[in-house]
Amino acid sequence: MNGNTGKKTLPEVAIELQGVVKTFGRQRVLDGIDLKVMAGQTTVIVGASGQGKSVILKHMLGLVRPDEGRVLVFGQDLSTISRKELNEIRMNFGVLFQNAALFDSMTVFDNVALPLRERTRKSDAEIRSLVDEKLKLMDLFGSESKYPAQLSGGMRKRVGLARALVLDPKVVFFDEPTTGLDAHKSNEIYRLFYQTQQQLGYTAVIVSHDVPKIFKLSDHVALLAQGQIQGCMPPEQFQLSDNPLIREYVETTMGPIYSSEKEEPGLHETV
Amino acid sequence: MRNALEKIGDQVLYLLEMAGRMGLFLLTCLKCVLLPPYKMRPVLSQIQFIGARSIFVILFTGAFTGMVLGLQGYYTLRKFGSEGLLGSAVALSLIRELGPVLTALMVIGRAGSAITAEIGIMRNSEQIDALECMAIDPCTYLMKPKFVAAILSIPLLTAIFDVVGIWGGWLVGVQLLGVNDGAYFQGMYASVIWKDIEMGLVKSLVFALLVVWIASARGYFLHLEREGGFGAEGVSRTTTRAVVMASVTVLVWDYLISAIML
Repeated sequence: MNGNTGKKTLPEVAIELQGVVKTFGRQRVLDGIDLKVMAGQTTVIVGASGQGKSVILKHMLGLVRPDEGRVLVFGQDLSTISRKELNEIRMNFGVLFQNAALFDSMTVFDNVALPLRERTRKSDAEIRSLVDEKLKLMDLFGSESKYPAQLSGGMRKRVGLARALVLDPKVVFFDEPTTGLDAHKSNEIYRLFYQTQQQLGYTAVIVSHDVPKIFKLSDHVALLAQGQIQGCMPPEQFQLSDNPLIREYVETTMGPIYSSEKEEPGLHETV
Repeated sequence: MRNALEKIGDQVLYLLEMAGRMGLFLLTCLKCVLLPPYKMRPVLSQIQFIGARSIFVILFTGAFTGMVLGLQGYYTLRKFGSEGLLGSAVALSLIRELGPVLTALMVIGRAGSAITAEIGIMRNSEQIDALECMAIDPCTYLMKPKFVAAILSIPLLTAIFDVVGIWGGWLVGVQLLGVNDGAYFQGMYASVIWKDIEMGLVKSLVFALLVVWIASARGYFLHLEREGGFGAEGVSRTTTRAVVMASVTVLVWDYLISAIML
């Protein structure tokens, strides 16, 4: 469970999706998504492959516009604001893409420095110092002159995370942060995520398949199934939910570890 | 029957959608070209890629185009006893038509295909999404230097092609086949007027815009390709299409500009 939970008693809503519908071709991928992401907390979106989890993320980032419904980020409706206003909102975002999305013709240093060079007026010395700081935080110091193709999968993710955090964002999005990594590397990414979130206090939205490990880092877990969010709740409640789709998902991914109170009354009572 | 009509309608809608998308993309890129920031380094880097690195192929094709024009022109003009007009024939053919068209086709093959592949791979690997999420406009960051570089480089490459071609024609016509040196150049000076150079310049500018627009747009919208632009095969298919589309468009516009300006 995330250590930030106790910091705010009534967390603000950072991002809200209201009745979001999205159709690609003849396929209705999102069929009325309602979801709230609380500021300073970690919300994990889970679901089977191809359900549209990344599409939800793209809506939050303003990369895709909903056919119906609204996406509110810090109270602003992304579909009604100008490009300039959207870019101002995006200045508060950091994104770790599934494959890190590093610029392959740039070195590690240039990749991390890019947002600073393009979006701030900082001097070269300031940029160097900030990039070095983030690379050190990600245990990447000494790799700054390497190219992405020369890095391992785990290192690429760490560079991606360094780049995502270099502008000290308020919200960080993680799209399958541990896909393709072994258990050891996954744990390293989770450790860095936990450490940086403690340090910077950002809101995190994570799309992940890594169940149940990801539950330990989350404040809220939301299941996307049949084009809708079947429930967004703390992980303990999620694992005990009566919603048949959530139950099916939990049992498929974790095995029938938990039973509901309804099935076994008194199971969770403390003696 | 209904099925066939549905397919045709579907295809027409897709083409209209693509045309609209590409049209808006062109307008956005042109707006980016005109508005600040004006950064020299990325433009110089693209001039090196589109322009400087194409010089060898332009010198080579320019020389041989001029040489073959000299050869063919000489034997055709000799039938009418007008070998003295060879300089004029070579220069006019190159300046008005072959220079701009062949330069554009060479740049499409060398740099246009690379632009589509580069941007397409960036689209596939979410690098363009990453730019947008960092509040960096892909049109300003990626396309603007390419557009400016192409608009500056392609007319210059065309000029190089023309000059080298004229000397290629001279080499064959004067040095190998014995046309009078003075007649070759005098005929050229007498027949080439400013309007011919203007036509060549207009064509090379329009072709530069067409080449960089089509190459960039096909890469940028790779993910919206009907047959799927994903993976290495998708990039290769889209690059091929971009090359074909740009080449055909250049030839169509060549005719249109000639028809308007002649």
